[in-house]
Amino acid sequence: MTIVVSAAEEFVPPSAPDFWQPLVGDGAFAITRTMVVMVLVTIGLAVVMMLATRRLGVVPGRGQFRLEGVYGLVRNSVGRDVIGSAHFKPYIPLLLTLFTLILVNNLMGIVPPVQFPTMSRIGFPLALALGVYVVYLVAGVRRRGLVGFLKNLVPGGLPFWVVPVVFVLELVTFLVTRPVTLTLRLFGNMFAGHILLLLFALGGEYLLLSGEGLLKLVAIPAFLMFFLFSAFEILIAFLQAYVFILLASVYIAEVYADEH
Amino acid sequence: MGAIDNTAGVLAVEGGGGGGFWEDAYPVIPHPGELIVGIISFAILYVLYKRVVVPRLETMLAERQRTIEGGIERAEAMQAEAKAALEQYRAQLADARNEAAQIRDQARAEGQQILEELRTQAQAESARIVARGEEQLATARQQVVNELRGQIGTLAVQLAGQVVGESLADDARRSGTVDRFLDELDGMTAAGDGAGGATRVGGSSR
Repeated sequence: MTIVVSAAEEFVPPSAPDFWQPLVGDGAFAITRTMVVMVLVTIGLAVVMMLATRRLGVVPGRGQFRLEGVYGLVRNSVGRDVIGSAHFKPYIPLLLTLFTLILVNNLMGIVPPVQFPTMSRIGFPLALALGVYVVYLVAGVRRRGLVGFLKNLVPGGLPFWVVPVVFVLELVTFLVTRPVTLTLRLFGNMFAGHILLLLFALGGEYLLLSGEGLLKLVAIPAFLMFFLFSAFEILIAFLQAYVFILLASVYIAEVYADEH
Repeated sequence: MGAIDNTAGVLAVEGGGGGGFWEDAYPVIPHPGELIVGIISFAILYVLYKRVVVPRLETMLAERQRTIEGGIERAEAMQAEAKAALEQYRAQLADARNEAAQIRDQARAEGQQILEELRTQAQAESARIVARGEEQLATARQQVVNELRGQIGTLAVQLAGQVVGESLADDARRSGTVDRFLDELDGMTAAGDGAGGATRVGGSSR
């Protein structure tokens, strides 16, 4: 991006530095493009959700019907079915926040003029995963106490010599693996998806502008693939939001499961 | 553009244009500013949802649940009511039928009784009329007899006077006298026709 000189002749495939887009300042606290998108999405969601829930009727209108579709998916299909009807209610706000925030931010990856997925910058998925992490750890310790929580990591009926091994494995799973995989899954999907789109767009552009003769025509399938994968990204955007809250629910559900 | 030097084992490799650490950092290293913005955005939205959005939706859902349950309860109550009303109507109908049958029987019986009474009354009436007729007849007869008795007496006296006056010498005269008497008697009968049945009674009494 900063080096235009060397890129004049040969094609440079998109890579990680393309995702570093500071708008104001530089360094660790620079204001980046994704920050602005994130803030705008948050404000937009807040406004839309406040307005949409201002006058709710027992008989829903068209707007409320759509809102209830999203809410029902998060509340019933994920929250209630995974966590269980006895304990799911306190976690609805968390799941709804995660779902709407991830979905809209992911969709920003293909919606002009933004066309840049917020979650392809690992700070944001990490922030969300940390939220889930804190919630399920606090819920677990609250329910069983610290000792009970640690004891519950190891399923009963194991031979004594296996217990320490399983304990360590489970502890690592709880404390490290889960938040890390939660973060990486979302980040990786959005990052890779955007790289792929960049590749088709930039490759098509390069072929069209710098290609010789018939090679220019190859730009056409490249651009077609760009549109195809843009559509595909909509599916991914939804799927990743869904998977994120599904896993969050599974982790929370484990707090309330009495047997491992 | 700088490329990431994977083999160097460092987090970032300086690009030619001096892009800085963050341009060339591994993409898995979170940018602190973005992490903070992410956490704050997440927290704000979470608090807003928890305080306002979800309570509003839950209130609406609870209200809908109540409405639906209320509707079902109402429908059940109405059905039960309708059933009870039907039973009641059926019972009333049966009662009415019984009552109608009773009334019919009673009416029939009463009609019979009235007929009987009327018959008895008519019989009594006819008996009374016959009795009165007989009584009248008897009275009339008595009257005629009394009248006749008086007339016969007078006639007998006249006859006796005539008999005595014509000196009763021969049989011819005697028989003439008797015939005259009888003729007179017949004439009296003819004259007394105007008196109706009294004459016949008088005749029959002879």
